[in-house]
Amino acid sequence: MRKKSSRLVYLPLWLVYLFFYVPIAVVVFMSFNAGDNPYIFEGFSLDWYGKLAGDETILEGLGNTLIVAVGTCLVSTVVGTLLAVGLARHTRSKVIEAIATMPAILPELMLAIGLLIFYTAIDFTLGLTSILLAHLTFGIPLVAVVVRVRLASMDTSLEEASTDLGASPLQTFFRITLPGLAPGIAAGALLAFTFSLDEFVLAFFSAGPTDPTLPIVIYSMVRFGVTPDINALATLLLTVSVVAVLAVQRMTRITESLK
Amino acid sequence: MSRGRGSNLARLIFLGPGLIMLTLLAVVPMLLMLSTMFFQRGRFGGVVYEFTTANFSRLFQPLYLNVIQDSLVVAGLVTVLALLIGYPTAYAIAQLPPKWKTIALLAVMLPFWTNFLIRMYAWTILLSGPGLVNEALTGIGLIDKPLDLLYNRGTVVVGLLYGYLSLMILPIYSAVERLDPRLREASANLGASPVRTFFSVTLPLTLPSALIGAVLVFVPSFGNFVVPEILGGGKAIMVGNLIRDQFLKARDWPFGATIALVMIVVTVVLLLAQAVVSRRTRSA
Repeated sequence: MRKKSSRLVYLPLWLVYLFFYVPIAVVVFMSFNAGDNPYIFEGFSLDWYGKLAGDETILEGLGNTLIVAVGTCLVSTVVGTLLAVGLARHTRSKVIEAIATMPAILPELMLAIGLLIFYTAIDFTLGLTSILLAHLTFGIPLVAVVVRVRLASMDTSLEEASTDLGASPLQTFFRITLPGLAPGIAAGALLAFTFSLDEFVLAFFSAGPTDPTLPIVIYSMVRFGVTPDINALATLLLTVSVVAVLAVQRMTRITESLK
Repeated sequence: MSRGRGSNLARLIFLGPGLIMLTLLAVVPMLLMLSTMFFQRGRFGGVVYEFTTANFSRLFQPLYLNVIQDSLVVAGLVTVLALLIGYPTAYAIAQLPPKWKTIALLAVMLPFWTNFLIRMYAWTILLSGPGLVNEALTGIGLIDKPLDLLYNRGTVVVGLLYGYLSLMILPIYSAVERLDPRLREASANLGASPVRTFFSVTLPLTLPSALIGAVLVFVPSFGNFVVPEILGGGKAIMVGNLIRDQFLKARDWPFGATIALVMIVVTVVLLLAQAVVSRRTRSA
């Protein structure tokens, strides 16, 4: 009797996983479709992946996205790491804390229109740079949060010893703190990259007319007539996300931080 | 003053770049947006900095009030569904053995880190006339001909739920996990049934986190424009669509910013409600 009821506890779990993964599985499955009917599987082929490699619009979008994502990743990682250490070790101010975390909680659409007004007010030309800057509003707090989780689990006695022996804060940072933080920083960098790779709303509002990122290209593909090569593209992007999440888990055991 | 809290130089180096960037790229734009509501539109978008309050009176036209009301209903429904589905799911994950727990959590996080547009696109394949759901329903003889499953308000609700359910499960899981098992044991030892223990111990103590989840689901649902467009076919427009259109089609930025004020107000009200409940829980 007891056993039966405890099994029942897991039922919602299975239903939720079906809900989460059936739609994704269908897209992945259909990406290997030999025919061009998006609803009927006519046999296995890799044709759509080949088509993808020859699609100028998608390749251009991918190129733009990679520029933005790499830039977002680099800047967010450096600035976010410094911010995390600064917040944990060099301030107790609630205002600073709020500025450092709020942007990540704000609805993207609000941030997106605020930035569009801002860029226009200072006559900043819209393009890849404005998208990159927009992505920093999420990337920097994201890296800061991930690094802080790592920081909190680190033993502070080494840092204290370093300071007691006369090292400057910067020496202590580079010799003691930074090496210990490395897995957290790598995880943060990966998440910032993945975020930027997939982000649509901020990019949509900050993009100039000529250089769309990949999500903007996908958006117009989905809205104006679906071509089956979008399934192949989706599968590749899903693969990137899976790899990123698993790598982040390996580096930081991110699931433990939920406790 | 240990650990160099007093060093201004260190403070500048560590905090300076991040705070400057986030102030310029988030705080200033938000303040600009708030002030824009009091100004007039430029002819081709942009803002003419002349004072007006006309944007606010326009907001109360039935056309806009209806969309706001619809958005509240849709986002509210998504949030309630997410709570009803997310709570038992989070609870179940917390009961798993450690190894499975990690896998289960990763499987909840993963959708959040995958491309949102692609996840919504997946539902168009699934729900379309010749799609899998209709196939399955005809297959088992429940229906004779394909149903119109796409492009209505229900589809939008499903899409938003699909988009944000993870954000409900994770905070609740976290709260259930942190719950002191001795509290439940005490309740059981005092003779309470498992159901009674759940409703008088577990649920009240995890409620603040469930409400954080509710805010995290409600706010992006309320201001979404992608899902109403891709899955709603433009027939079930929401506040996000109004804002998007004011900025990119009608080119009336000040009015667009005024509509966004509704989003801000809703967000603040929800956060306050969450704070009140968690304070009450802590003092109880």
